[in-house]
Amino acid sequence: MIQLEQVSKSFCAGDKEIHAVIEVSLDIKAGEIFGIIGFSGAGKSTLVRCINLLERPTAGKVLIDGIDLMGLPEARLRKERRKIGMIFQHFNLLRSRTVYQNIAFPLRKSKLSKAEKHKKIISLLELVGLTDKMEAYPSQLSGGQKQRVAIARALANDPKVLLCDEATSALDPQTTKSILNLLKKVNNELGITIVIITHEMAVVKDICDRVSIMELGRVVEEGDTAEVFAHPKERLTKDFMDTASNINKIYELLEEKHELTQLKPGEKLVLLTYSGGNAGESVISHLAEKFHVQANIIFGNVDILKGKPIGKLVVILSGDSENLMKGMQYIRGRNVQMEVIRE
Amino acid sequence: MSFLYKIAPNLELLQGELLKCLRQTFQMLLISGIIAFLVGLFFGVLLVVMKKGGLIQNVFLYKFLDKAIDILRSIPFIILMVLLIPVSRAIVGTGSGVTGSYVALVWGTVPFFARQIETVLSDVDHGVIEASEAMGFGPSEIIFSVYLKESIPGITRVTMITFVSLIGITAIAGAIGAGGLGDFAIRYGYQMHYRDMIWVTVAIILLIITILQGLGNIIIRKTTH
Repeated sequence: MIQLEQVSKSFCAGDKEIHAVIEVSLDIKAGEIFGIIGFSGAGKSTLVRCINLLERPTAGKVLIDGIDLMGLPEARLRKERRKIGMIFQHFNLLRSRTVYQNIAFPLRKSKLSKAEKHKKIISLLELVGLTDKMEAYPSQLSGGQKQRVAIARALANDPKVLLCDEATSALDPQTTKSILNLLKKVNNELGITIVIITHEMAVVKDICDRVSIMELGRVVEEGDTAEVFAHPKERLTKDFMDTASNINKIYELLEEKHELTQLKPGEKLVLLTYSGGNAGESVISHLAEKFHVQANIIFGNVDILKGKPIGKLVVILSGDSENLMKGMQYIRGRNVQMEVIRE
Repeated sequence: MSFLYKIAPNLELLQGELLKCLRQTFQMLLISGIIAFLVGLFFGVLLVVMKKGGLIQNVFLYKFLDKAIDILRSIPFIILMVLLIPVSRAIVGTGSGVTGSYVALVWGTVPFFARQIETVLSDVDHGVIEASEAMGFGPSEIIFSVYLKESIPGITRVTMITFVSLIGITAIAGAIGAGGLGDFAIRYGYQMHYRDMIWVTVAIILLIITILQGLGNIIIRKTTH
């Protein structure tokens, strides 16, 4: 649905050239929810603007549904843009217009009759659950309601793609949840391909099928969300994963020299990461049975990603050194990732 | 009427003249006001859309307009008026009278108004403009349906401010023969020392401003959400 080929975007700031996006290639399939995550300044907002050419890439190709957008003249490009909805962090509603008029706004150029437009707007209001607010002005709405209006407005022209630029970043966690549920619904019921730009791992974890991790203008890692979450390859990806689970608490405890983290000689403090089933727990019981290695769980965390559990356990392993060695080899052989935090 | 003649005795003799001058003032305000509003709006919009990062960015033209406005605004109106007499002759055929004042009045108002429109339109959130572009709207639709529509309260406010200053310069224009209330006040109030006529002119001008201000406030209240 969306193909970016070696897309780069640089800006001139004074006499310095800033490379916001560097040779990014993405292939986003029809009907999927694709996440692009990165810290601020990673270039993800610029990248999403390259998809509808709000920012024209300095190099590369942008194909939407097979159409090369960069080759189109202005008027055609505007027509194509109507098939790409977009929502923003700060909602960007028209203050002087009511909810109804805001949703009607993108329909100004549509060929639908007046009655058809009205029907369309009413059905969109129903979809986002704001039928009772249609005569309200944006200033009378909460942040979550404003984003719902923005979503309805973005869907007015029946787009094939919906771009979300930090759409939940200005919202509290509960409202974020409800907006994400709405996006899931949009994706499920209307089959719209969704691209989500965010710096919150929780958002990606909750709804993205696939994810790209961006840093300094480049995509450093990409893949199936559950896969990336379970087996992050890059340091940055790990950092993001940690923000979404409480497992990084262990580093705080280590810093504080908390008594839980005090090791006796020969003990090892390890982080086990496993996906699917109860692999982690069974490994721990086998360690005791077969290798006489005691695994003392300090804490653990299980996330459900797209129905698949991703478990993380911080444990202290103790036993005589030979058994410990064998036990650790056994762990590695069981599709459980092990990271020795301290020994 | 007799009550008015009691507090302003000279009114009885001069009311015909006063009405004529009032009509001239209205004529100047209306015609130069409408022209200045449209021209000022045009340049104000131009400033915003040609600015760096604007809809039809043109840094060279922007800088030219920007400087031109600064220079034009710094010329005192009474000097500008004399300076523009030949231009007025070329455009409207005369450099004096009510007709001869239009060019100077418009010229004196536009830079001030355009600058204020620029400020008002710049207040429209860039994100809203970006969202409209993402919806597939072109520059002209965005100018009319977003920039101008979203700014109606602000445009009304600066129009009121500009209007008061326009009343001020129509009075000055009276000094070089454009007629109007300014001319009336100078001839009878200043040269002939009819104090009551000064008060009458002041009262009329205050009335005009109050009515317009009231109207402006209603528009602002109705369009601010």
